Amino acid sequence: MNLFKISVANLREKKLNSFLSALLLTLGIGMISLLLLLNKQLDEQFKRNLKGIDMVVGAKGSPLQVILSSIYQIDAPTGNIPLAEVNALRKNPFVKTVIPLSMGDNYQGFRILGTTPKYVEHFNAKLAEGHLYNASMEVTIGSKVARDSKLKIGDQFSGSHGLDSEGEKHEDKKYKVTGIFEPSGTVIDQLIITRLSSVWDIHEHSDEPKLPVTAEVEHSHSQTHVDPEPDEEGKDVTSALIQFRNPMGLMTIPRQINENTSMQAALPSIEINRLFSLLGVGIETLRTLALIIISIAGVSVFISLYNSLKDRKYEMALMLSMGATRTRLFLMLLIEGLSLAVIGFFAGIIASRVGLWVFSKSAEKDFHYSLGKFALLPEEIYLFFGALMIGVVAAALPSLGIYRLNISRTLAEE
Amino acid sequence: MISSNQLRFSYSAQKKFSFPDIHCNDKETLLILGQSGKGKTTLLHLLALLLTPESGDVAIAGKSVRNLTPQEITATRAKNIGIIYQRPHFVSSLSVMDNILLSNYLANQQEDRQKARHLAEQLGFADHLSKKTNQLSQGEQQRVSIARSLMNNPNIILADEPTSSLDDDNCQRVIQLLKKQSAQIGASLVVVTHDQRLKDEFSNQVFL
Repeated sequence: MNLFKISVANLREKKLNSFLSALLLTLGIGMISLLLLLNKQLDEQFKRNLKGIDMVVGAKGSPLQVILSSIYQIDAPTGNIPLAEVNALRKNPFVKTVIPLSMGDNYQGFRILGTTPKYVEHFNAKLAEGHLYNASMEVTIGSKVARDSKLKIGDQFSGSHGLDSEGEKHEDKKYKVTGIFEPSGTVIDQLIITRLSSVWDIHEHSDEPKLPVTAEVEHSHSQTHVDPEPDEEGKDVTSALIQFRNPMGLMTIPRQINENTSMQAALPSIEINRLFSLLGVGIETLRTLALIIISIAGVSVFISLYNSLKDRKYEMALMLSMGATRTRLFLMLLIEGLSLAVIGFFAGIIASRVGLWVFSKSAEKDFHYSLGKFALLPEEIYLFFGALMIGVVAAALPSLGIYRLNISRTLAEE
Repeated sequence: MISSNQLRFSYSAQKKFSFPDIHCNDKETLLILGQSGKGKTTLLHLLALLLTPESGDVAIAGKSVRNLTPQEITATRAKNIGIIYQRPHFVSSLSVMDNILLSNYLANQQEDRQKARHLAEQLGFADHLSKKTNQLSQGEQQRVSIARSLMNNPNIILADEPTSSLDDDNCQRVIQLLKKQSAQIGASLVVVTHDQRLKDEFSNQVFL
């Protein structure tokens, strides 16, 4: 026999009341915890891929779309820009690196990205096996691509036109896998990376009547493009990632581009802040809602204990007459509130992990991003103490009545 | 042993009680008879140290409780006095067994399951130990509360109308069990009641 046992017995005696209180706490805690998890992981994902990219140039359109499509590979590109204009940027003294990107095809929903070796360098991607693509139509694939599509080194596949797997297949041209990247937690994990020229090759031929092309012909064709930084006249790319030498570039170049070229410059820091402030309204609303639910949970614990204390007045007087001290009974009631808070907290943490898992599944399906980090966050420790506080306060307020209970009158009344 | 000396108590200026002196030695029994409104329960609560008298004194096992602190009074009551109330009340969330053991726990004594089981056999509810108390009949509940009052081997057993809600059979049974059990542990048994059926069961009687 101990106080804890009596408290638990009392909670079990009022199953529905206890369940309601714990459920409300679970909901509130679960929502806050899920928001914390999502916020942290989205933030990490966005920051990691953003690192070191000062500006993106793309076709005119929504700057946010340019950023999302070129850095995060989640939105459709705005259109094409001439490679010549992109390469002209290299001459600007403020510009450190220019990484042209060309996309338009996919394999099972994974984007095939034509770019220069600088892109791989920029993300510090290491090869897990094989070697980096070298010739046109050779590709190196990200770890997630390798895992989900089961492609292995030496495998050949044909890409589909467009950015989702439903597109028309380029049956006549096959890509060949030469290497697989190590998992890096960046966008590279979900990309199939190849030379710029591969993308051009595919699309030049897709306009021509379909002829059976032998592997030999294809091979000799791709032999013609081997220069590392192609600068073909009349070729287009989708966009380009730019790094500046110093912050002065940020002051002058974007305006120059927007005014003097057919391209537009988008600044990731500004666009992502804008995106987060848009999302922020929703997150703020959800957080407020969660706090309201938690408060209601506190009120529910309060009412439930207040009512049960009224019903159990005689029990309390009885225990006091049997030698219990008022403090002991007060503690017993506190334990009831605390138990509900602890149950609510852990159920909420589990619920938020389940929520994250579901969210991650759908994010992976739609965007190939995974958010699978289920460890306890430091903020959740504070959340734990917050839940305990609510349990203590909600239980203490009605339980203070114990100290005013008149034993003799209560026993005589019934 | 329990005795009282010139106890007085008032709830208000109009509602004043003064009680005859009471004395009950170890192993003895005492019946306090009185009609409703005569202050039977008040007297029992004074004897049980649940109320503090306006004047007068109660002595438990020969020791006056006049100068004890509230904590000492609680401890004295838990250790020396077993109380049986008019209608049996229990901690409804606990089983019969746990309700009996509760008197050990709250008096800071070792929990004695064997004794609880032994008492349950003697009082005839051994089959119900794992049930909830509200699953038992009135007569059974009253017997459980007798067992509960005996758990700490009290010096005094105080019973407030223990038989008034019971039929004749159960009344006889409960009162015999009370007398037998208190004699076994050598306690004083004080019964406060208006139940005339008990008149012939006790040789020592006080009328309010």
